[in-house]
This record gives sequence, C-alpha cells and structure tokens, in this order.
Amino acid sequence: MKALLRFQGVTLRRGGRVLFQDLNLDLAPGEALQIAGPNGSGKSSLIRLAAGLLEADVGKVERSVSALADDNVALDRELPLRAALGFWVNSPSDAIAALGLQQLEQVPVRLLSSGQVKRATLARVVASGSPLWLLDEPLNALDVGSADRLSRLMATHLDSGGSVLAASHQKLPGDWRRLELGP
Amino acid sequence: MIGALIVRDARRSFTGAAWLPVAFFLLVATLIPFAIGPDARLLKLVGPGILWIAALTAALLPIERLIEPDRADGVLDQLALTGLAEESIALCKIIAHWLTFGPLLLIASVPAAALLAMDGSSLGRTEIALAIGTPGLASVAVAIAALTQGLPRAGALAGLLMLPLAVPLLIFAVANASLLEAATSLLLTAGAPFVAGAAIRGART
Repeated sequence: MKALLRFQGVTLRRGGRVLFQDLNLDLAPGEALQIAGPNGSGKSSLIRLAAGLLEADVGKVERSVSALADDNVALDRELPLRAALGFWVNSPSDAIAALGLQQLEQVPVRLLSSGQVKRATLARVVASGSPLWLLDEPLNALDVGSADRLSRLMATHLDSGGSVLAASHQKLPGDWRRLELGP
Repeated sequence: MIGALIVRDARRSFTGAAWLPVAFFLLVATLIPFAIGPDARLLKLVGPGILWIAALTAALLPIERLIEPDRADGVLDQLALTGLAEESIALCKIIAHWLTFGPLLLIASVPAAALLAMDGSSLGRTEIALAIGTPGLASVAVAIAALTQGLPRAGALAGLLMLPLAVPLLIFAVANASLLEAATSLLLTAGAPFVAGAAIRGART
C-alpha cells in the first residue's frame, strides 16, 4: 500500500543547528506515529516539514493531502465558533459534536478557553476529511474527557485508512509507533 | 477558497480598520486650509497634490494589519495546507484590501475636494487618477506588509519602503498623464502578488 507520508534522507537545519540528519520515515494508511523527544529536538519542525510549510535542506518529502493542528488558532476570533470553522471546512457539524463543542457553536472564538480552542482546531482537522492528520502537541490544554474523545476519533480515523503523525513529549493514548528525536 | 478568502478579508476590514485611512485622509484635507490660510485660489492650485499626499499617507495606515495578524495566528499556514499558492493568497489580499480602501477613498475625495475649494473638473480628474492609482497603492501595501511581517516596528519601516515606490504614481497622477499612471499601476499590481507570495514563503519558520 502506498505510504501517506514518506521522508527520504531528510536533513533539516534550523538556525545553523542540525535538528535531524538523513531521516527516513514511512507512514502507511492505518498507522499512527508519535514523534517524541525533549524540548527543542525538532518535533514541531518535523511536523511543519511534513505539512510542506518548511523545505528540507537535503532529501525529499512526499505527502498526501494533510490537515494540521498546532498551537496556532487560525480561527477568526470575532466570529462564532461554527462560522469560524465554516470558513475552513464545509460541514463542521459532525466534528463539532465529536469534540463536544455543540454548546459553544454560537460563542465567539475570543471567549473560548484555551482547551476549547484546542478542541476547535482539532475539529477542523477531523472535519477536513484529509487522510493524513498532523498534530503538534495534541494533548496540550485538553482535559481527560477531551483526550478520550480525541483518542476515539483517532482510532476511527486509523480504521478508515487514515494516518496520524503526532508530536508530543507526553504519552499519547492508544497504540503508537515511536520515533525519538535526539536533543 | 479564493472567493471565501476575499469575502473574509473584506468583512474583517469593514468591521473596523477600513475606516481609519478614510478618516485620516479627511483629517489631512481639513488641516490644509488651516495651515496655508483660506485663500481659495491657492487652495485650488495645491488641492490635487494635497489629496494625493493625503491618499499616500492614508495608504500606510493599514499595512500592519494586512498580513502580520494572519501570519501570527497561523492562518497563512492553514491556507497553504488547503493547497492555495502563496501568490494566490497575496492576490486575494490585494483584491480585498483595494475593495475596502479604493472606493472609500474615492467617496471621501468629494468632501475633501470641497474643503480644498477644488472645482468640478479638478475633482473629476483627481477621482480618475485615484481610481487608476489606488489598485497600485493597494498592491504595494500588501507586498510591503508581506516583506515586513513579523518585524518589530514594521509600521515605520513600511512607510520608508512604500513611499518611494509610490513616487512614479504620484508624478503621473498629478501631471494628468493617465496612460503612464495606468501603466505604472498595472506594473505594481501585476508584480505585487509574486513579491508578497515569495515573502510569505520566506517568512515561515
């Protein structure tokens, strides 16, 4: 089966420092990979590389259509949550319900708590229908119930032939292949 | 996505920042008679030039909010993930910016011309020159906004970068050389999406 994400001999330098060198990576449909490592080891940069937002210094990155949730909100703060998500995805209703945000649909984004905003950015990924999910620190600011919801959504996504690449220094719920980045 | 992005940017602008350049433009036009005295002949003579200076300085005001907020909030990243090229994003922003800048300025020119004792034909010529020149101004504003995104004190730097680029527009506009002004405006409008697109890509970290 064709990989949804493939790194071939990828080297990335940031600010004159080599973050990783000659990295090879394959993410097949149905596979979940966690990138682990201490602060500053290049987890977020690897996610941005996978999203096509950074260029590799050496090597090649091939990816399928992907959706990204990181610490940036990227939702118009003056709009109600549903309208703000509606700019990015056509039918956000199911994803809003799946992340338990129904009660907040009409609340402006600027009034949401950081955990609720995090769930909203995850809802955008869920609603995007993209086969490849790129999640940077997905558990940040999430409470236990929301983390459970997320792990159920990821399991469904993996079962339907999608893949997840997540960067986190914490233990993620579920079955993950791990890739440790050095300091 | 392109249409949605233009509508979104225009909506955000009209609910706030779009009125600032217009108010500034009218304020400058109000100050001039106080500064050089109520001599109608003199005002009429300098009127078109003053309107252009007011328009150029008003065009500087929105620069800091054109690109930087969307970069800082990750909107530019998410737009790139939808498959939209950076040049297309820049073009959308130019169109949305002109829609919330050009027409308002053209309307505000009418009371401003009255304050400067300009007659109908002089106002008409200035309106045509502004209609031709504002797309160029809006494009340069977006390009400069992209080049200075994320920099501290970007607003002041943007002024220094933008005004020299607007000099040809100004010269042809007040000389009533419509064709040359249109050519300059077209050149700026055609080049700006590529400059801004490259700047957006280059500013990613």
